[in-house]
Amino acid sequence: MRKIITILLLSIVAVGISLSLAKIPFGQPKTKVGTRYIDKGIEETGAVNIVTSVVVSYRGFDTLGEVTVLFIAATGLGAVLRIAKTKAAAIEPASFVLQTGCRVLFPLILVFGSYIFIHGHLTPGGGFQGGAIIASAFVLIYLGCREKRISEKMSTTLESLGGVIFVVVGLIGLAVGGYFLLNFLPKGQPYLLLSAGIIPVIYIAIGFKVGSELAGIIDNLIEESQ
Amino acid sequence: MVSVLVFLMLLGAVAACVFRDLISAVIAAALVSLIASILFYFLQAPDVAMAEAAIGAALTTAIFIVAIRRTDRYEQ
Repeated sequence: MRKIITILLLSIVAVGISLSLAKIPFGQPKTKVGTRYIDKGIEETGAVNIVTSVVVSYRGFDTLGEVTVLFIAATGLGAVLRIAKTKAAAIEPASFVLQTGCRVLFPLILVFGSYIFIHGHLTPGGGFQGGAIIASAFVLIYLGCREKRISEKMSTTLESLGGVIFVVVGLIGLAVGGYFLLNFLPKGQPYLLLSAGIIPVIYIAIGFKVGSELAGIIDNLIEESQ
Repeated sequence: MVSVLVFLMLLGAVAACVFRDLISAVIAAALVSLIASILFYFLQAPDVAMAEAAIGAALTTAIFIVAIRRTDRYEQ
C-alpha cells in the first residue's frame, strides 16, 4: 500500500516538473543580460572565455561567497574529524604496478590542473575545475603511495593565501576605483596569457584554494579511516 | 548518440538504487556523473562538464568509497 502511494506521489511530481519545464523554450536567450555578456564580454573584461568573465568579473562577489561556503565546509569537516583522529596504524604498501603508475601520473595530473586554472580566461575551465583536478591527483597518491602524506601546514597556508589574495585584490579595486573587485590592471590584448587584468590572478588564487581545500578533505577522511 | 547516453544514465541511476553491494552502487552513481559530464559537453558547456567529471565522478566516488570502508559494504 505504501509503495503504491509513493509511486503515485512520485509520478505526480514528475508530471508537474515535466509540464512546467515544457513551457520554457530550451536554449534560447530569456534575458537581455545574457546577450549583453556574449556581445560585450571580451571588450569589457578582456577574458575570451565568457563563462570566466561572468564568474570572476561580472559576478565576482558571488564567487567570493561560493569560495567561502567551500572553506566553511572544509573547516567544519576538519574540526569534526580532528576529534576522532588517531595515530595511523602500519600501512601495507600498494602493489608495484599501482605505485609506479601513480608516480608517473601524479606530476602530469598536477600540470594539467595548473594549466586549467592558469588558462581559465582563455580556455574552458578555471579555478574550481583546476582545483578539483589537482585534488583528484592527491586521491591517486593515497591509492598508490600510502606512506606519503601532504603536510597539513602547507595545505592550510596555501588555502589561507588564496583567500587573502582574492579579498586583497578586491579591496585594491575598492580603494582605486570605488567598487569591490574592480578590474584595475590593464586588460591587454585578448587571446594572450597575460590579459584580462585581475581575472587570471583571482583564478590562480581560487585554484590554489580549492585544490588545497579538497585535498585537505580527502586527507582528513582517509587518515580517519585508517 | 545522446539518447543512448541518456538511456545508460537512467540505467546507472536505477542500478545505484537497486544494488545491495554499496561499492557497486557508488560505481553506478559515478557512471551517472560521467555520462552527465559528456552530455554537458554536447550541450556546449565544457566548463560545467569539467567540474562534473572532476568532482562528481572522481572526488565524490573516492569519498563514498572511504566512507563505505569505515562502515558495512552490504546493505541490510
